[in-house]
Amino acid sequence: MYTGSLRRLIDELGRLPGVGPKSAQRIAFYLLKVPTEDATRLAEAIIDVKENTELCPTCLNVADRGELCPICGDARRSTTTICVVEDPRDIVAVERTGQFHGRYHVLHGALNPLEGTGPDQLKVKELLGRLEPEGVEEIILCTNPNLEGEATALYLARLLAPLGLIVTRIASGLPVGGDLEYADELTLGRALEGRRNVAPSEEN
Amino acid sequence: MAQLRDEGVILRTYRLGEADRIVVAMTRHHGKVRAVAKGVRKTTSKFGSRLEPLTYVSLLLWRGRSDLDIVNQAEVIERYWKIREDYTRMSSGQIMLEVIDQITQEGQQDERVLETLTKALRVLDDPERDPMLVAPAFFLRILELEGAGPVVDRCVSCGDDDVALVAFDLNEGGALCQQCRRGRPLSPEALLLLQRILGGDLGSVLTGTPPEGAHEVDALATEAMEVHLDRRLKAPRALTGL
Ligand SMILES: [Zn+2]
Ligand SMILES: [Zn+2]
Repeated sequence: MYTGSLRRLIDELGRLPGVGPKSAQRIAFYLLKVPTEDATRLAEAIIDVKENTELCPTCLNVADRGELCPICGDARRSTTTICVVEDPRDIVAVERTGQFHGRYHVLHGALNPLEGTGPDQLKVKELLGRLEPEGVEEIILCTNPNLEGEATALYLARLLAPLGLIVTRIASGLPVGGDLEYADELTLGRALEGRRNVAPSEEN
Repeated sequence: MAQLRDEGVILRTYRLGEADRIVVAMTRHHGKVRAVAKGVRKTTSKFGSRLEPLTYVSLLLWRGRSDLDIVNQAEVIERYWKIREDYTRMSSGQIMLEVIDQITQEGQQDERVLETLTKALRVLDDPERDPMLVAPAFFLRILELEGAGPVVDRCVSCGDDDVALVAFDLNEGGALCQQCRRGRPLSPEALLLLQRILGGDLGSVLTGTPPEGAHEVDALATEAMEVHLDRRLKAPRALTGL
C-alpha cells in the first residue's frame, strides 16, 4: 500500500515509545511534507546523539563521548554524597530543585521482578565500586515513589547500611498546591512520618 | 458503557503513554481485569498510591467495547504497610502476585483465589510472623484450589499410606515410598512441613523462626508451581540477588 521507504519510516516510528500505528503514519506523512533541511536536521540530531554520547564512566548519566558528565566534571560538587536515581531524566528533575550539591548514580532501571528485572540487571556493582575511591559518606535513595522504586530503595538500604554509610530515602510528601482531603492514605501517612518541626527554636 | 463495581488486589501495572497506567487486578466477581488509570503517574493524581501493586481496593470501573476498562474510582480496603517496609516481605508479596497473574485468566472468576491471596498478604504483613514460608504455603494452597495439590499423605504411585515417604516427584505430583522412589529425595522434616501446611496447620507453621526443611519446601513448592504453570516464574529468579 505504501512505497518501500515510506513503509520503512512508518515501521521505525511505530517502534518509538508511546507511538501507535496511527501516530506513526501521521508523523511519517508530516515528515514527507516538511522541507528537506528540516527532515535532515532531525535525522542528523538522531545520528549525532547516538555517535557522540555515551554513559559517564563515573555515574552512568548521559555524557559526551569520552568525557565525564557535566556534574561529575564539576569540581565544586561534593563527592561525599551520592544521590541514586533510576534514570538520567531523574537527574534533570533533582537538578531543577537546586537543592542538591553532590553527585549522582544512575541505576538504569528499578527492581521489577514480574518483568524479570532483579538486582543483577541494575547498575549496583558500579555504585559499590565508587564508595571507597570517592570517599562516599551518604547515599540518598531517590528512586520513584512506586512499588518498583520502593523495592529498589529497600534492597539498596539493606546492602549499603552495613557498610557504615548514612543511607537516606527522599520523603514522600503531599503535592504542593493540592488539597489535603484528596490525598491518598499512603501519601498522607508517609507525610506524617516525615513531618518536621516548624516551631521557632527557643532562644537562650 | 456499563459501570462495574468490584474489589480486588492490584497485581501489576504497566506504563501507558505519558501519564497513564494499565492496572491489572484480581477481583472478587469479575476475575482478572485490566483497566486504564488515567493520569495516575502525575503526582497530583486523585488515585495517588491506591492503584499500586500489593493494595487491596474497591474499584469503580467503566466497561465499554474496548478490552480495557477505565478506572473511575478506587478506595483502599487493605493496605499492607509492613510488606512495603521490608525487602524480604515485599519480595515474597511480588512472587505471589506473579503466580496469581499467571494462573488466572481474564474474566475467569474464582472468589477463593482472591480470598487465599488476601489471607496470605495479611499474614505476610504481620511483623510477628516470619515471612519465609508464606509464599511456598500460598503456592501449595493455590495448587490445591487448582486441583493439583501434591499428595503427601500416602505414596502417590502405589497408594500405600503405611510406609515411609522418601522422595518427591514433581510430574507424579506427590511423595513416593522407597519401592516407588523417583524424582528428588525428600527429608522427613520437609515431608512433615508439607503435611502440616496442606493439612490446615498453616498458622502454627508460620509461628516463630522457620522450621527445619523450610528451604526444601520453598524450592519444592516453587518448582511444583512452575510444573503446573508449565513455565518458569520470573520473580523468584530475579530476586535471589540477596
Ligand atoms: Zn557523571
Ligand atoms: Zn509406593
